[in-house]
Amino acid sequence: MKPAPFKYHRVTTLEEATGLLVTLENARLLAGGQSLMPMMNMRYVMVDHLIDLNEIPDMSGIQVDGNCVHIGAMTRQRDIFASETLADKAPIFAEALREVGHIQTRNRGTIGGSLSHLDPAAELPGMAALHDATITITKLGSSRHVSMQEFALGYMTPCTEPDEILTKISFDFWPEGHGYDFREFAQRHGDFAIVGVGTLMTLDASKRIDRIACVLIGIDYHPIRLADIEADLLGQTPSEDLFRAAGEKTRERDMMEDALVPESYRKQLSSVLLRRSLTSAAQRAAGEKNV
Amino acid sequence: MSKPDIHEVTLTVNGKPYSEAVESRWSLADFLRHKLGLTGTHLGCEHGVCGACTVLLDGHSVRGCLTLAVQADGKSVETVEGLAPSSTELNTLQQAFWDNHGLQCGFCTPGILMTLTEFLQDNPDPSDAEVREALSGNICRCTGYQGIVDAALEAAANLRNASGQ
Repeated sequence: MKPAPFKYHRVTTLEEATGLLVTLENARLLAGGQSLMPMMNMRYVMVDHLIDLNEIPDMSGIQVDGNCVHIGAMTRQRDIFASETLADKAPIFAEALREVGHIQTRNRGTIGGSLSHLDPAAELPGMAALHDATITITKLGSSRHVSMQEFALGYMTPCTEPDEILTKISFDFWPEGHGYDFREFAQRHGDFAIVGVGTLMTLDASKRIDRIACVLIGIDYHPIRLADIEADLLGQTPSEDLFRAAGEKTRERDMMEDALVPESYRKQLSSVLLRRSLTSAAQRAAGEKNV
Repeated sequence: MSKPDIHEVTLTVNGKPYSEAVESRWSLADFLRHKLGLTGTHLGCEHGVCGACTVLLDGHSVRGCLTLAVQADGKSVETVEGLAPSSTELNTLQQAFWDNHGLQCGFCTPGILMTLTEFLQDNPDPSDAEVREALSGNICRCTGYQGIVDAALEAAANLRNASGQ
């Protein structure tokens, strides 16, 4: 099983890559290759030109600027998983990355590649949506910034034009000590999640929820922020009944159905996983040890 | 059909330098097997699921079927052929597989050995659960994994003893 023939371009600067995109027809960008290479091996994807971004040093790294963090698109999942900065300021990343593929795929896979591939069950687009991330997209001579809502146009379809490259993911850290939780259900560890959920939460001095973000992955073509449920929870005191009701409310939403998983099962998983995730995030926000 | 896109690839494999011309669409695994004759690296699924083709690229385990040979230009690759200290001896990890029935047909074994080589460097004292999680990217259809987990834990203990920890 081999990819169809293509011309390989190894570039060392972003300008070289954006310049090639302007001149070449039917070109694809190669990031970590953990999704594109299987698709090329199976000839779902046949390209005339492959532009390899792996040798551009400026495209990877985690940079903190005040309360904001910028993650280069070519930063490998391994390095995000192991980042002490993120472990300290955004610990949900390591909890989510643990579920992303396996050691060998995280060693190559990148955050920009994951967002651009935009698998409905992928964890990193979910993390971007959860953090209200800004995505930087660059073409020869200019850059633009989009939100995750603007970025995801359709099933596995990001808003990047053929001459554009996703270069950076930026977001603000939540306050120190915030509650967080990521969990998912997959048939085996490292497999695509059927449903996953991420939660961020802070409590005020009287232990009421004063800030909350919840995201579901695997239920629609892109990560779904649960704005209605977030609004319901704001100002409330965490309790089993409150979180059970929040979980149940996810059932009102239309969800994907496929040959193996009916919509009803995704709704059941969403309800249970959100309740558990809210419970765990609330415990962590209250400074209790997670149980 | 236009002419093949050929690139010169210079790399070291198990410490030995090689330089070969290869078509850009060749995977690193096919390059190792067919250009360099290093057939210890096996290809199972060729789409990144089974882990049989796992090799180390600059010290990190990667899918040999999802990495292009041209991407290894200027880099260092380690394969199962580089593990044993000589043709008559096994290394600590390989010996633990031998002693614990960590393989049966052996097809997946090279990939598992390379995965565990990196894993035991990163985590010299793993738990049973951590070993199983590390093995999640390698599929074995014979052993039921128990022998592999036992081998990994014994190898970890032996490596710790050898380094005086």
